[in-house]
Order: sequence, then C-alpha cells, then structure tokens
Amino acid sequence: MSAKVKRAAWEEKPTVAGQAAKGASIVVIALLILFPLYTIALTSLSSAETVNRAGGLVVWPGDGITFEAYEQMFRNPVVLRSLLVSLGITAVGTVISVVVSVLGAYSLSRPGSFGHKTVLFSVLLMFVIFPGLIPVYLWVSAIGLRDSYLAIILPMAVSAFNVVVLRAFFMSIPQELFDSARIDGAGEFRVLWQIVAPLSKAVIAVVTLFYAVAYWNNWFNAFLYLDDTSKWPLALVLRTYVVESAPLPQASGLSSAPPTLAVKMAIVMVAIIPALIMYPFVQKHFKKGVIIGAVKG
Amino acid sequence: MSAPTIESPARAAGDAPQRTVKAKAHWRTRLGRDWPLLLMAAPMMLLVWGFWWIPALGNVVAFQDYKPFTGGIFGSRLVGFTHFQLLFADPEFTRALVNTLAITVFQLVFYFPVPIMLALLMHSLASARLRSMLQSVVYLPYFFSWVLVIAIFQQMLGGAGLLSQVLRANGFEGVDWMTDPDTFILLVTSQAIWKEAGFGAIIFLAALAAIDPNQYEAAAVDGAGRWRRLWHITLPGIRPVIVLLLILRLGDALNVGFEQFFLQRSAVGSQASEVFDTFVYYSGIRTGDFDYGAAAGLFKGVVGLVLILAANKAAHLLGERGVYSKS
Repeated sequence: MSAKVKRAAWEEKPTVAGQAAKGASIVVIALLILFPLYTIALTSLSSAETVNRAGGLVVWPGDGITFEAYEQMFRNPVVLRSLLVSLGITAVGTVISVVVSVLGAYSLSRPGSFGHKTVLFSVLLMFVIFPGLIPVYLWVSAIGLRDSYLAIILPMAVSAFNVVVLRAFFMSIPQELFDSARIDGAGEFRVLWQIVAPLSKAVIAVVTLFYAVAYWNNWFNAFLYLDDTSKWPLALVLRTYVVESAPLPQASGLSSAPPTLAVKMAIVMVAIIPALIMYPFVQKHFKKGVIIGAVKG
Repeated sequence: MSAPTIESPARAAGDAPQRTVKAKAHWRTRLGRDWPLLLMAAPMMLLVWGFWWIPALGNVVAFQDYKPFTGGIFGSRLVGFTHFQLLFADPEFTRALVNTLAITVFQLVFYFPVPIMLALLMHSLASARLRSMLQSVVYLPYFFSWVLVIAIFQQMLGGAGLLSQVLRANGFEGVDWMTDPDTFILLVTSQAIWKEAGFGAIIFLAALAAIDPNQYEAAAVDGAGRWRRLWHITLPGIRPVIVLLLILRLGDALNVGFEQFFLQRSAVGSQASEVFDTFVYYSGIRTGDFDYGAAAGLFKGVVGLVLILAANKAAHLLGERGVYSKS
C-alpha cells in the first residue's frame, strides 16, 4: 500500500502481519478470478501445436500469439451466425426493455395518479409470486411464439428489479423541478425527456448494462423455444460445444463436430468480451452507489 | 442480485404516501390529468400481464389431467390434488427437495459469510485506488453467464482441465471434480462464490460506509483497539443488513438457482444435482407430463411465498425492519 494513504489521527499504525495477511488475501482473490481468464485468453491465442504441447490450457506465454483459432471460429458458420443472432437479440431486446422500463418507472414515480396502485402492485408482486416454468412454457408455445426470437425477448423484457431501481431514482429528483416544468406548460413526456432522463443518465446506464447482460447471457429461453438450431444464440452454442462437448445438431441433418480446444476458448472469449467492454463504462456507477442509493431509498 | 432486489419494493412502497401532494381529486379529474402516465405504463403493463400474470393463471393445469393436444387448458378434466399426492409419494421429488434444502443450508454456512468478509476486507483498505481495483475485479464474474462460469470451471477443475494437466505432468493422478457427485455440493458452492460473492459485497459495503466515523474515533479515544471496534461498532452497524439478507435467504430456501444445476446435471447425474427447478423441468417439459411438473412448480411457488411471508414476520418480531411493511 502506498504511503500517501490518509489515515485518521486516532487510527493505529497497521501491523506488519496484518498488512501482509491483507496483501496476501487480495492477491489470492484477484488471482482466483483473473488467472482462469488469463489462461483461457492465452489458449485462445495459441497455435494448435502449442496447445498440443501443453496438453491442454496454455499457461506460459512463451510460444507466441496467433489469431488462428479466431479465424477458424469465424469460418465456422454455426458460430458466426449465432454471434450475429446474439448481437441482434441483445440490441433489440435492450432497446425494448430500457424504453419500456423507463416509461413504466416514470409513471410509477407519481403516487396518487390514476391507476398508480394497480400498476405498482403488478410490478412489486413479481418479486414474490412467480408464474412457474411450465405455465409460461405452455403459454409462450400457445400464443405461437415457438421458433420466434420474440419468445426469447418478451418473457424477460421487464425486470421488476430494474423498474424499481429506476423508479426510486426518479422519485429522488426534487419535486420542485417537476412543478416548475409543469408550470411552464411541459407535458409528462417532455418532463421525462428533458428533465428526468438527463438527470438519470447514470442509473439508466446501469439498468441498460443489466438488461444487455441478461439478453447476451440468456440461453434457456432459446433452448426452450427455438427448435431450429440455426437460430440459436451464442450462449447456447457455447453450452453445446464447450460445456457438453457435443456436436451441434443442424437443421439440415448435418452435424458439425465440436471444435478444438483453442477454438472453444476463442468462443468463450467472444462470449465474455462484450461484458468486458461495457463493464468499465458502467462500473464506476456501482461505486458511486447508484444501485445502493436506489435500493436503500 | 437477489439480495438488494427484494429490499427495494418495500422501501419504495413505503415512500409513496409522503409524495402525494394533494388530496385525491375525483377519478375523472385524475384520469384527465394522468392519462399520459397511463400511456407510459401501458407497454410495461402489457408485458408484465402478458408474460407474467396471465401465464400464472396456467397453474390450473396442476389440478388437471392435462392433455396438451386433445384437451388443452380449457378442455382437460379437473383431478383435484391427485398430482400433489403422487408428488409426495415420488422418491425423485423427495430427493430434489432434500438436495435443495441441503444445498441451501450448506451455502448458508459457507457462502453467506463470504460477501461480508469480502466487504470488511475492502472497507479496511486505506488506499482508495487499491480498493477500487479490487472492486472492479470481484464484481466482474457477476456479469458472466452460468454457461461461461461452468465452462471456466470445467477448464480449471475438470478431467481435462488445468489442475489435472498439472497433476499429471508431475506424476500424480488427475482429478475430475466436475463429474464427481460426492463433491458436487462443494463445487456448486465454489462456483456461486466465484460468480456472485463479489457483487454480493456491494450491499455490505454500503452498510459499512453508512457507519458514523465519529463512533470509531470515540471508541479509539476510549482505548478500543481495532478488533474491539470491529466487534462493537462495525458488526452491530451492519447487523440489520445481515439479518435482512439472512431472512431473505431463508425465505428463498427452495431456490438454489436453476441454470447452474441444469447445466451440470448430465455431468454429475441427477442423484446429486436434482433440485426443485430441475425436477420441474425434467418431470414437466422433458417427459411431457406438464400437469405433474406444474404441480411441482406450484408447490414450490406456494411454499416459497409462505416462507417469505414467515421470514418477514420473523424479522418484524425480532425488531428488524424486514423486507416490506404495511405503509
């Protein structure tokens, strides 16, 4: 730890043993999380010979880096298509979810308005009462969404948690801002767009991340409702190839063999990367306590 | 996310009345004033009712001799509680119940304290830079899917994983923890810790940050060392949050996560990995006994609801704030 650290006058000097134990636990924790990611990344960037020589995952970076596995992966039509499917589902789903949730949360941030309680309870009860897997499955199949991407998006489009986080933030905005805008003749949509939304950028960013990650990671809805494997998203392909090590059944009756270890690790990397890219933009808000502020009301 | 999730509606609901500005006007006046708000809520209500509350009514199949093709939900015969009777006599259902509860108890002991300790560690770091770096690292796995987490664990601890690779290279025998039913409970708990303990620390960090620093100073001036301050100020300071989360976990005892178990069921076998949710899937959707699976799901839902209400009641009796209160 640096010497510039501020410590209150009454605080004892840290003991050497204490510092060492703390330092060691930080290193261990960081390694437990980062080391697997490092060796997976390195393996995905290694040539087939390097992987063979290592007899599995590559730990030492001495043998050079190649994008061979990524080239192979993108030549595999199954992976490429599933990647595009995932990007599409994530983009469309996130836009739908964020728009619907922001509008809904704004309407919920005005107690005493017409129908407020009905809407509020419809959302809050989602925390304690769940429809159950089978009824939802039967319903989604019955309304003809089988083999449609809507079957993935619509059932998860509204997260009660995200709506409540947004609502709590909207309610913390000073009432005077609303009043003055309304006196100036602004309608609700205008208040939301010109006053509430700009003030809520941080919380909207966090909610967007949550939704985007949920769509990107979702494989179970696709597994339940998409019989046509050519429509499968990346997470489901990842499950089949990497977790199950099984060939992917093709709609045409052909099956494509599971890929080599390096290519598998490349698929893992592609599945991780969007989270890694978006994360730094949003994580500062966690530290600022956007969520906690909302949660603690 | 389960922890902060459930706390919020209560607080939010509790806040509501104070914000009501005027006495309630006639409903027509309010409708005329508030229709834009209703318009804004409409898409959300459509999705919430269309994909949550309306399908919830489909739980009626749990009481039917459900024939998906010939009868459907309106044409199938009602059979009362037959499926539930069969359920309680079904050894596989009992096993799912026992496994679920065993995993809940195990994780209560071995998972639950981890986010607290992590938060204490992070909070005790005097360097803001170091703390922020550590936070970035430990929150990260929360955003990985279970598919990814299991793929990563497989590559580390599986039969062909890194650990076995290293052991074999040094003349030992390889291990395969990914397919060993005996150690499965340890495996799923480590996975849960790896993925979620970091993010779970957020709420404790917030509670720690809310403790008044003057208390520490006063205690220090009175001669309390760091351990006594931890015991007499820090822990009591975060006790309400600990109690709250403990209660939430108890109320959620039947939920141990579906994906994690579903994804590993074929590798370790159903003996060790069958939990409530996988039982519902396999008995209902996989075999096509929708009515039977729905009965299992409904049983879980009802017991879960009762547990949550009971846990909340217990919290109030213990003088804690609980998850929600009547506003």
